[in-house]
Amino acid sequence: MKKSFAVLTVLVMLLTALAACGGGAALECPEGDVCVEVGPDEPVRIGYAFVVSGADVTLGTDTKRGVEIAVEDKGQILGHDIEVVGEDSLCSAEGGQTAATKLSSDTKLVGVIGTNCSSAARAAIPIFCGANIPTISPSNTAPDLTDPGRPEDYWCYLRTAHNDLVQGAAMAEYAYGAGFRAAATVHDGSLYADKLQQVFSGKFQELGGAVVAQEAVGPDDTDMKPMLTRVAAQNPDFIYYPIFTKAGGQITKQAREVPGLETVQLSGADGIFSADFMRAAGDAVIGFRWSSPDFAAFGAGYQDFLAKHEAKYGEKTLAPFHAHAYDAAMIIMAAVEKVAIQGDDGSLLIPKKALVQAMFDTKDHTGLTGNLTCDENGDCADPKIAVYECVNADPESWNPGASADSNPMKIWP
Amino acid sequence: MLQRLRRRVSGTMVAMWLIGLAILAVVVVGTIRTLASGAYSGAEWLDLSIYGIAQGSIYALIALGYTLVYGILRMINFAHSEVFMSGPFIAYFAATAVDDAGLLEDQNWVFGLLIVMLVAMVVSTTVAVLLERIAYRPLRRAPRLVPLITAIGASFFLQYTFLGLFGSGIRGYPEIEALKGRMMIPGTSIPILRTQLLVIVAAMLMLAILYIFVQRTKVGKAMQAVSEDKDAAALMGIDVDRIIVVTFVVGGALAGAAGIFYVLLFHQVHFFMGFFPGLKAFTAAVLGGIGNVTGAMLGGLFLGIAESLFPNLVLDGLGIPAPYQLKDALAFVLLVLILIFRPSGILGERLAVKKA
Repeated sequence: MKKSFAVLTVLVMLLTALAACGGGAALECPEGDVCVEVGPDEPVRIGYAFVVSGADVTLGTDTKRGVEIAVEDKGQILGHDIEVVGEDSLCSAEGGQTAATKLSSDTKLVGVIGTNCSSAARAAIPIFCGANIPTISPSNTAPDLTDPGRPEDYWCYLRTAHNDLVQGAAMAEYAYGAGFRAAATVHDGSLYADKLQQVFSGKFQELGGAVVAQEAVGPDDTDMKPMLTRVAAQNPDFIYYPIFTKAGGQITKQAREVPGLETVQLSGADGIFSADFMRAAGDAVIGFRWSSPDFAAFGAGYQDFLAKHEAKYGEKTLAPFHAHAYDAAMIIMAAVEKVAIQGDDGSLLIPKKALVQAMFDTKDHTGLTGNLTCDENGDCADPKIAVYECVNADPESWNPGASADSNPMKIWP
Repeated sequence: MLQRLRRRVSGTMVAMWLIGLAILAVVVVGTIRTLASGAYSGAEWLDLSIYGIAQGSIYALIALGYTLVYGILRMINFAHSEVFMSGPFIAYFAATAVDDAGLLEDQNWVFGLLIVMLVAMVVSTTVAVLLERIAYRPLRRAPRLVPLITAIGASFFLQYTFLGLFGSGIRGYPEIEALKGRMMIPGTSIPILRTQLLVIVAAMLMLAILYIFVQRTKVGKAMQAVSEDKDAAALMGIDVDRIIVVTFVVGGALAGAAGIFYVLLFHQVHFFMGFFPGLKAFTAAVLGGIGNVTGAMLGGLFLGIAESLFPNLVLDGLGIPAPYQLKDALAFVLLVLILIFRPSGILGERLAVKKA
């Protein structure tokens, strides 16, 4: 009697175990998590939300290419192909909301790389997190997004881009070190620009410089001369406008036409570190200075990446965040491999909350942009900022670096 | 006596006047405080005014398109902002060709610029006339809301056609070397940017020609007659359809010219460039009294100057930081105030009577 009971128990256990291993449907999602099911022949689907149209299109195209090369390099995840889908998140809150809503409705989506702009992120992140979709951005730099006091519904968000607390401070140190003492800033009302100029202004004053004007324009404004006349009345020797292509181009062009600003040093940030900005600004761009990621400090794999990029797309990289996008995609894919539950028939079950946790646990990931370790607020970057100067107004000469034929030329540190 | 007064003055009227007085007080206080602080020199105020006049004369040219069409068809042609965009956008290709041929250098630039301008005006005119023929004429007897909605649809159609054909990127116009830098206004010692002088003079010339055209020529008088009463005009032997087409031709040509002036100042074209100038010009037309030609000119100039001057003059004194980001808000607040206190616009009185 006792024996038969023992045999029965063993049989039942065996059956359960068999049921669990056989047929993909029997894979069980960990309790409290939400899983993506990937059938035996289905690809693993990763999404992007980038600005792939409009004036800031180079920012999005650049990062999109970074993702594409990462996916090519990876090849397969646990025997599954990788499929990339994307939506246009523009560079605005509305765009971020639309893209996030569309992508979140896809139950097969494992994770998202995006957005490009902090304003878009602010609208998109709560939507992605509401759908439990891990989100990692290559280029949102506004400090708020990974602030220790960030809202609860940002729990699924990380970034490989530097935090602007670093960029703003670096630019202030450069400007003060280069002898500028009276700075003016202009922002366009976007989260990114406003915060970055605040960080810059704070640090510049801390160093002993004066911030003589903090102005703002609209991103679609064209007539900048009245605003610049106001700035000129304060006699700045340095103007920092970390904004986007359209308005940035207009300010650069028109600053030289306003009395009192003929020789002032003009400068901006990574958002306009592109040939398209040079196209928008014309000849006035000569001498312009940018704060942007320091490519020279990037990891060993970066040169290979550049070669692959040129071979695949037939041109040089367009903006500063392709390597960050590559790293972001690699972090997602590595985390998927870590948490995915494999079935016997080759199907996968990917628990999304565990995936987010695995991404936050990323330590010493050897990426293109350096050694990445994610902190508890989602900052994964190994940030190194350089200052570049434009030496040639021809957009075709775009080739940022520190060698003799580079344009823009790295001048600091 | 007191009762009669009370009957004439309603509660809402008192409230409106109080709001009006409050706004006026804010404006006066802001202005006085700014001027008293002495932070800006006379030369800077002069510069601000000139920037405003240059921007305003472009608004005026576009506003005329709205106002002429409204005067005759009693409809707001919201697709006019795309008429304005299409001219300089297509002329961009002419401009690069002309630039490659070296026609924007040295002494040739006048000739080169005229070619580009001609292309822009022809394209804008064509678009305007096609709009009238395809989208508006079949609806001429329809209720007033119908052509309005059609105009908005046509506006989207044109925008996205340009987006589809030419992409969403910004294109930079070639620059004219001879127009760079500043000069003195001839006969005075007031410095001005060469492009702005050219734009202001050319725009004023066009406004003057248009005024004479509407007031003095036979076609202009026919336009006025159609605007007064279409059916009576037809009975008097005026070909109403032809006059309407002429109206769209004039509006389109002015928009095309305005487009070239716009790129002379701002050097960029993209598919969405018409939206804000169009909206501002519409505001200017309402400011001046929609349907009134002189009103549109004055409204455009006033709005341009207001946008350039008021943020610094009024808002600075009130201690508002970074006032120029409120430029658009200011323009539309003006629109709302005009609609509340003087719905017929600055010069719109006679027209209001006519319509009634």
